[in-house]
Amino acid sequence: MALKDITLGQYFPGHSVLHRMDPRTKLLLTVLYIAALFLCKNVISYGLALIVLAAAVAVSKVGLKSIVRGMKPVVVIILLTAVLNLFYTPGHEIWRFGFLKITTEGLWSAAFMVLRILMLITCTFLLTYTTSPILLTDGLENLLGPLKKLRVPVHELAMMMSIALRFIPTLIEETDKIMSAQRARGADFDTGGLVQKAKALVPLLVPLFISAFRRADELAVAMECRCYHGGEGRTRLRQLRYQSIDYAGFLLGVLLVAAVAVLRHFGL
Amino acid sequence: MNDSIIRTQDLRFAYPDTEAGGPSVLNGVNLDIEEGSFVAVLGHNGSGKSTLAKHMNAILLPSGGAVYVSGMDTRDESKLLDIRRTVGMVFQNPDNQIVANVVEEDVAFAPENLGVPSEEIRRRVDEALKAVGMYEFRTHAPHLLSGGQKQRVAIAGVIAMAPRCIVLDEPTAMLDPVGRREVLDTIRELNRTSGVTVVLITHHMDEAAQADRLVVMSKGKVVADGAPREVFQRVEELKSYGLTVPETTELLWELRQEDGLDVPLDALSDEECAQVLYDLLTAV
Repeated sequence: MALKDITLGQYFPGHSVLHRMDPRTKLLLTVLYIAALFLCKNVISYGLALIVLAAAVAVSKVGLKSIVRGMKPVVVIILLTAVLNLFYTPGHEIWRFGFLKITTEGLWSAAFMVLRILMLITCTFLLTYTTSPILLTDGLENLLGPLKKLRVPVHELAMMMSIALRFIPTLIEETDKIMSAQRARGADFDTGGLVQKAKALVPLLVPLFISAFRRADELAVAMECRCYHGGEGRTRLRQLRYQSIDYAGFLLGVLLVAAVAVLRHFGL
Repeated sequence: MNDSIIRTQDLRFAYPDTEAGGPSVLNGVNLDIEEGSFVAVLGHNGSGKSTLAKHMNAILLPSGGAVYVSGMDTRDESKLLDIRRTVGMVFQNPDNQIVANVVEEDVAFAPENLGVPSEEIRRRVDEALKAVGMYEFRTHAPHLLSGGQKQRVAIAGVIAMAPRCIVLDEPTAMLDPVGRREVLDTIRELNRTSGVTVVLITHHMDEAAQADRLVVMSKGKVVADGAPREVFQRVEELKSYGLTVPETTELLWELRQEDGLDVPLDALSDEECAQVLYDLLTAV
C-alpha cells in the first residue's frame, strides 16, 4: 500500500547525539545548512556540504533506507529539475538532436541542482526523523516566541501543528480502512484516466472528512476535560535547555556557512 | 452532604438548538455520588447516560436543576478549571483523546495545562503510567499500541491531573475482550488502592455487576438505584427498559419462572451461580 510509505513528519526514536540535541538548535542548524547550500557554487563547496550531511546522517543512525524511501514522492520534481537544467542552460554545446541540446554548463547545473534538492530534503528529514513532533513544535514555539508581542498566535499555531502531526498516522490508517471497504464493494481506485481516478476519490474523501470532523470535535472535548485553556500559564514536562552539544552544533553550523561563503568569494 | 463528590439536583437537559426546545434528554435526575465509591450507570442507547456524564464536569450545563461538584456549581464559570481537575473524564474512542505522539508527553498534557512545575509533572507522569501498567511503554508512539493499551494511556492522562473522581463514558465499547478486561482491572484497582471515585457509564451487564452501586437510567430518569445484587433481581423491570441481566441471573430467573424452583437471584459470579445449582441438585 503506497499510503504506508509516507514518511513525512515521521519520527524515529533514538538516543544519538542528534536526537539529544535541543530542537531549537536543530531548527536553526537546518536553516543555516539550507543557507549554506544556496551559497554553494562548485564541486569543493558542494563536497564540503555533502561530507557534513553524510556525517550527520551517520551519527543520527537513522539509516539511509528510510531517507531514500522518503524521497519517493519528490522523484518527479527532481527529474523535472534535472531535465530542465540539462536542456535549457545556454553555454558550450556538446550534443544536439533537433531542438534539444546539451551543454557542459547544463550538465553541471543539472547535477548541482539535483544534488542540492536531495541534500535539502535529506537535511529536513534528519530534523523530523530525530526530533519528536512535540519537541519540534516546542522549539518552534520557543523560537517564534517574540512574535507573541505582535499578537501572532504562536502557541495556537504550534498546537495545531503538533495535533496535525499526531493525527497523520491515524488518518492514514483510516484512509486505508475506507479504501478497503470501498474496494470490497467494487470501487476501483487504480484504473482509468486522471478524471476517472479523481472521481473515484470522492467516495473515499467524503467519509474521511466526516470522520475527521467527528474526531476533531471529540478531541476538543477531551482536551477541555484535561483543563486545556490555551497557552497561558502552561508548563512543560521537558524544559528546553541548551547543552554543550548544542553549542558544538552551532559552532559547526556557523563554520560551515563561513567556509562556504569564503569558498564562494574565491569563486570555488 | 459533605461526603458526596457529585450531586445532581432535579437535573434537566434538552439540546437548545433544536426547534421548540427539542426533546428533553434528562428529566429530573437526582443523584448523590459518594466520595470513594464505584458507581456504574447502566442504560439503553438514548437513555441519557452519556449526557448525564457530560454534566459531571461541566462539558454540558443543565437546562434546569443543578449539578454540584464537590460543592461547586458547574454553572459557575470562575470554578471551571477547579471542576475539571476534580472530575476527570475518559471517553469511548481512545484515538480521539490522545493529544501527543509519545505516550509520556500525552500523559503530561493535563498537568502541563494546569501549570504544574516540570519535576512534579515528571513524578506524576511516572506514577500515573505505573498505576495503569504502561510504564514500559512511556516512550512509544500511541498509534502503535493496542486498543486496550491506548485506553489505559488515556486513563493515565486523566490520573496525572490528580482528580478525585473519574467518569468513564463507555470506555470499553471499542475494545476486544482482552482490552476490556485490562481497562476494567485498571479501573477497579484505582478505586481500591487510590480511593478515586469512579463513575462507569456502560451498557455491559458484567461490567456494571462489578460496581458497588448500580444506577439504571431510562428515558432520562433514574429508574433503579442500589447494589448490583439487588438491582439485578428486578429482572422483569430491567427487561422493560430494554436491558438484559447478567447471564447467571438470567439462568436462575428462568429456573424460577419455568420450573417454579426456589432459587435465589442474587448469585452474580459464575462461582456463586454454580454453588446455587450444586445446592439445588444435591437437595433433590
